[in-house]
Amino acid sequence: MQPLELSAIDLVAAVANGDLTAVECTQAALDRIAALDPGTNAFLHVDQASALAAAEAVDAKRAAGKPLGPLAGLPVGVKDALCTRDMPTTCASKMLEGYQPPYDADTVARLRAADAVIIGKTNMDEFAMGASNENSAFGPVRNPWDATRATGGSSGGSAACVAASMSTVSIGSDTGGSIRQPAGLCGVTGLKPTYGRVSRRGLVAFASSLDQIGPMAHSAADCGLVLETIAGHDPLDSTSLDEMVPSYTQMLEEPLAGIRIGRVPAHFGEGLDPEVAAAVEEGFRVLEAAGATIHDIDLPHAKYGVATYYLIAPSEASSNLARYDGVHYGHRTSEPCRSDAFDSPLVEMYCRSRAEGFGPEVKRRIMLGTYALSAGYYDAYYKRALQVRRLIRQDYLDAFAKVDLIGGPVSATPAFPLGEKTDDPLAMYLLDLYTVTTNLAGVCGISFPCGFTGSGLPIGYQLQAPALAEPLLLRAADRFQRLTEWHRRRPPSA
Amino acid sequence: MSLSRDDVAKVATLARLALSEDELAQMTSELTKIVGFVSLLEEIDTSNVEPLAHPLGTTNVFREDEPAPSLPVELAIATAPKQDGECFLVPAVLGD
Amino acid sequence: MPEPTDNAAPYTTVIGLEVHVQLLTKTKLFCSCENRFGAPPNTLTCPVCLGLPGSLPVMNREAFRLAVRAATALDCTIAEFTKWDRKNYFYPDLPKGYQVSQFDLPFSEHGQLEAIDPKGAFEPRMVRILRVHLEEDAGKSMHDESAGTADSRIDLNRTGTPLLEIVSEPDLRSPAEARCWLGELRLLLVYLGVSDCNMQEGSLRVDANVNLHIPKADGSLAKTPIVEIKNMNSFRSVERALTYEVVRQYEEWQATGKELGSAPKQTRGWDDAAGITRGQRHKEESSDYRYFPEPDLVPVTLTVDEIAAIREGMPESPRALRKRLEETWKIPAYDADVLVGQGRALVEYFETLARLVDDGKVASNWMQQDVLRTLNEQGIAIDAFPVAAAGLADVIGRVKKGDFDTSRGREIFAEMIASGRSAEEVVAAMGIAAVGDDELMALCRELVEANPKIVADVQSGKQQAAGGLIGQAKKKNPNVNPGQVRGLCLKIIGELPAP
Repeated sequence: MQPLELSAIDLVAAVANGDLTAVECTQAALDRIAALDPGTNAFLHVDQASALAAAEAVDAKRAAGKPLGPLAGLPVGVKDALCTRDMPTTCASKMLEGYQPPYDADTVARLRAADAVIIGKTNMDEFAMGASNENSAFGPVRNPWDATRATGGSSGGSAACVAASMSTVSIGSDTGGSIRQPAGLCGVTGLKPTYGRVSRRGLVAFASSLDQIGPMAHSAADCGLVLETIAGHDPLDSTSLDEMVPSYTQMLEEPLAGIRIGRVPAHFGEGLDPEVAAAVEEGFRVLEAAGATIHDIDLPHAKYGVATYYLIAPSEASSNLARYDGVHYGHRTSEPCRSDAFDSPLVEMYCRSRAEGFGPEVKRRIMLGTYALSAGYYDAYYKRALQVRRLIRQDYLDAFAKVDLIGGPVSATPAFPLGEKTDDPLAMYLLDLYTVTTNLAGVCGISFPCGFTGSGLPIGYQLQAPALAEPLLLRAADRFQRLTEWHRRRPPSA
Repeated sequence: MSLSRDDVAKVATLARLALSEDELAQMTSELTKIVGFVSLLEEIDTSNVEPLAHPLGTTNVFREDEPAPSLPVELAIATAPKQDGECFLVPAVLGD
Repeated sequence: MPEPTDNAAPYTTVIGLEVHVQLLTKTKLFCSCENRFGAPPNTLTCPVCLGLPGSLPVMNREAFRLAVRAATALDCTIAEFTKWDRKNYFYPDLPKGYQVSQFDLPFSEHGQLEAIDPKGAFEPRMVRILRVHLEEDAGKSMHDESAGTADSRIDLNRTGTPLLEIVSEPDLRSPAEARCWLGELRLLLVYLGVSDCNMQEGSLRVDANVNLHIPKADGSLAKTPIVEIKNMNSFRSVERALTYEVVRQYEEWQATGKELGSAPKQTRGWDDAAGITRGQRHKEESSDYRYFPEPDLVPVTLTVDEIAAIREGMPESPRALRKRLEETWKIPAYDADVLVGQGRALVEYFETLARLVDDGKVASNWMQQDVLRTLNEQGIAIDAFPVAAAGLADVIGRVKKGDFDTSRGREIFAEMIASGRSAEEVVAAMGIAAVGDDELMALCRELVEANPKIVADVQSGKQQAAGGLIGQAKKKNPNVNPGQVRGLCLKIIGELPAP
């Protein structure tokens, strides 16, 4: 039995039955990482010894007849934006190179408590800022379907490690599409839960009112399995929802009959790649075949989503990233700091440490956010963006009064060549067109493969659902995957 | 909306980022483009719209006033670029 | 236009105060680290108050409760909806690079507190309070210039301590008023159990804004630029700094004629040893804090009923208490002020005593003279005072009954304090017994016989000469009651045949 060919649900069952050991699963993942990751760069840190030790502990537990956790033996890659007390947490930034936090993120703690095996920390855009994973200080991730192309971002490592079956599932974070877009470009399934569904404690903050942790896997059912473990109230995160966590995997059987799915005609306008458009339209047909009905709806302010997002997210980021100042942790300049060009040696230390530690995109967003919040510009930029955010959320509320789900593309194009957009920040921002509004509204969304281009690149389909409607969202995606084989395809390298 | 080099230099000071002249020039041109793009929002009438800063509608989240152990000092300062076993060290903070 | 308070001065002094007080919670505002002064550096920190990546704040329920209590006592309007904002600036004692504070929707606004001088040096002045908000404290930067090192040391124990910011309107008209107002504020907060308001430990900190309104010859008013004074570490230094600054501003105005608006607000630090304020370096970024709503916290709402219930449950304020003591126990305002100034426990002791002896004035006298002196000498609080109110009432009752005089009563009370014994036991141990009537009569007859000169003086009409007999009587028997001796001796002399 090849552990990495199994779904997460089957792998966990096999470990529980004794058909596989956790060590076998972990070793399989480690072997595959050793073989494939030099060409992919999906992982920033792999700790073989501690992963095997965790796996041995699971096997010992089983041997001793103790009950196993719901994810026992499951190899998980965790985005390097989540704190791990036994592994570095760098956010793919030179600023945090070698930084090891003294605590585990809530999600990491829940995974460990569920007997999952954390295989390593996955590559990402620096501080989760990017849509191609080319902003990593430790090199871009290469798309397992075509090594000359980007994975998307910012959770590019988490998408690629699942796509290339280096781990069964992974954890990403999504601030404006950072789970769904790379999932789409890498041919895997990625879920952005409702804001507050998964605790943000221990997720290095990018934009606190938008950030959300979520699972990535080969299937919606596997995403549901992981979500059952990582979702739930955390009294130490004031913004974590105190709502019961349903058994997502137990709620997949009900058919889609009577479910209304919205289609936004404006999504199919200029700029959408024809192959993508065709595959997404075909996706609607699949859902229709499953019993759903399709209805054209309008999200009148969706076209302002990117502009709104690129004011709000950088504003929050400019504040969230102020703590990287070379005093308490992280990079400090080795310059002597005695220049007259600065107010004081302290100010020079700040300015140089931050200039050296942050990459160009992070600096750009800090600058943009600082500007949008600064005296004289606050009303014109930040405040106005918050007003439009309310309009965008209202669009969703209005739409969800008419339909149960909204379907559509996740990304206008399939995976693009590395380097193609790195010189044009604005072009990169526009890649978030279909995904940012989900975060602005705080609702949930999922991306899964709905076809391939003629050249063999995966195409993603996105479904969005109202707040806390993950059961329906997962059910619809699972139903889609019962009727299609796209999610079973594996890259030729794999 | 066009930003000047000096506008950008002022923002860099606020953000505590040391930028070279070349970086300033590039940043000025990039920010001008981005700010031009986000100015798209000006076409929306927002006069009667309440800002929405957060997607959650929840209120009144508290914790009880019960102490828990703090980190040992060694761990608290372990990650500091410069420390003396007790405190974080920084270039002189001038009297204020 | 504010009216001048000091007719001698050719200007009106305008003072507003900004007070920060640390709340008396067990833990910090956003994490479970202890809120405690004096621990070794960086031993009271955790990922949250260190601002480590990924850490998140959760509001301390007790901190919010204490904050609302304080604002209610300050007559503020309590908001039904309040939220927190980030105030962004870089400083090494601010590990997140922002302070969680309140900007446009503080939890309370528009209160008032009166400044009163019990000695009547100025008329009571009602001072409006602009707002009270709840925020987190920063850590401490320490720079030892003498050590000659280039580095400052940062201790983050204080980081995240709940801090109340109380901002007054510029309604104070003299440094003395400012000092009294601060005293009243401190007393109120201590009475409420909101803060210990210890300036030495930094749990109460004051910044003052001051300028002068100077009538000009043409009838218009010149306003000097507002100066913010910092680094004052006692109420006395607040008064001194303001007094200094008022004179300095007047002199500067006379020299330069500079008025408000012609220069940015200046910050000056008070140098207590030198007794002067010094201009501080202008911080370029200080004007742009880029406030925005803190996305890691949710707002707090209170219903009208909840706010009303808080108001209902407020304890008696020091001001109301003073008034009640004056009226109930018929004591002077000054006495009431002293008693109330000592705290609620001492007032309770006083009221128990006054009830037992059924005499507020006498009880107050004993409190002011004997109890307070002992507390001061021994440096203890009333809780640690060895004699209960009932014990002191026993002594006062015996004095009233005529068992012994007040000064003897004091000696007995002092011995009770020293030994912890009851009045009964001390009286017995000191051989103090009520002097019997026969014994007293015998003593007086003996004195009259032995002092023919005094007797002659009394007979010639000098009644005060009998005082000499009292002194001698006390020497022979310290337990005698001087009044009784005097009365008895005069009676015996009166019964003698006329010379």
